[in-house]
Amino acid sequence: MKIGVVTFPGSLDDADARRAAAVAGAEAVALWHGDADLHGVDAVVLPGGFSYGDYLRAGAISRFAPVMETIITRAGQGMPVLGICNGFQVLCESHLLPGALIKNHHRKFVCKDQALRIENNSTAWTSDYDANHEITIVLKNQDGSFVADEATLDRLEGEGRVVARYLGNPNGSYRDIAGISNERGNVVGLMPHPEHAVETLTGPTTDGLGFFTSVLKAVVAS
Amino acid sequence: MARVVVDVMLKPEILDPQGKAVHGAFGRLGFDGVADVRQGKRFEITLDGEATDERVAEIRKAADTLLANPVIEDYTLHVENGQEDAQ
Repeated sequence: MKIGVVTFPGSLDDADARRAAAVAGAEAVALWHGDADLHGVDAVVLPGGFSYGDYLRAGAISRFAPVMETIITRAGQGMPVLGICNGFQVLCESHLLPGALIKNHHRKFVCKDQALRIENNSTAWTSDYDANHEITIVLKNQDGSFVADEATLDRLEGEGRVVARYLGNPNGSYRDIAGISNERGNVVGLMPHPEHAVETLTGPTTDGLGFFTSVLKAVVAS
Repeated sequence: MARVVVDVMLKPEILDPQGKAVHGAFGRLGFDGVADVRQGKRFEITLDGEATDERVAEIRKAADTLLANPVIEDYTLHVENGQEDAQ
């Protein structure tokens, strides 16, 4: 079971994401943005950071990296993809997920331990959580406010595609949305950072590990 | 050489924190009577040759796919003549 983690120019959390994959029991594989080959991985994590300096819009230039063309194709075929923070922004820019992420409404960078409720535990990345499981993981972002038009928000809610919701809105996200999935549930975008909460030495909890253990089961099951 | 200008603005219903910050600075500097400030982006794209219909259509495609995100932004596009532009 191999989990690939893409490094873009300006990625920050790629090493932590690889470590989280390894802690969960997977083989972590480093992928490079300029290489369209996924090197046989079973799932992909797009990590946090400031890819291409967030120039133009967060994730807008990364979305056209050679590796993304392959990831978009494979995601359409069912490969699990998790975008964390900047990775969530890349997934929205890629149109693998609806909506967009804009600057926090209070205009400050936010860095804190954040409580969330996992509202959909049937995705490839959340099956190890209980229904409405409340977790606390790290949140750190500048452009973390999830926005979409009302019809899209209603559709996401109606189809159960709000994967995680903030308990206490930290950034102005519409309807307190912290994470969403595509219709199939294999592509998930999440603004907070599960990869920073997998070991008690460095994280506030180990609540984030479930994302990585969930995908191991999803891959084995498929 | 022709120049194509693309102006990108956040859609009216999307909150603009940067515009809000600038608006706040207006008040602190004593520029009164300002109801709102919205911040956008302007792209000045210089072409190798004339702005033919085909070239402008290509730039429009670039605006749709890269320069603006249609989920949150609108854009306008116009062609400028290089000479008129010099000032």
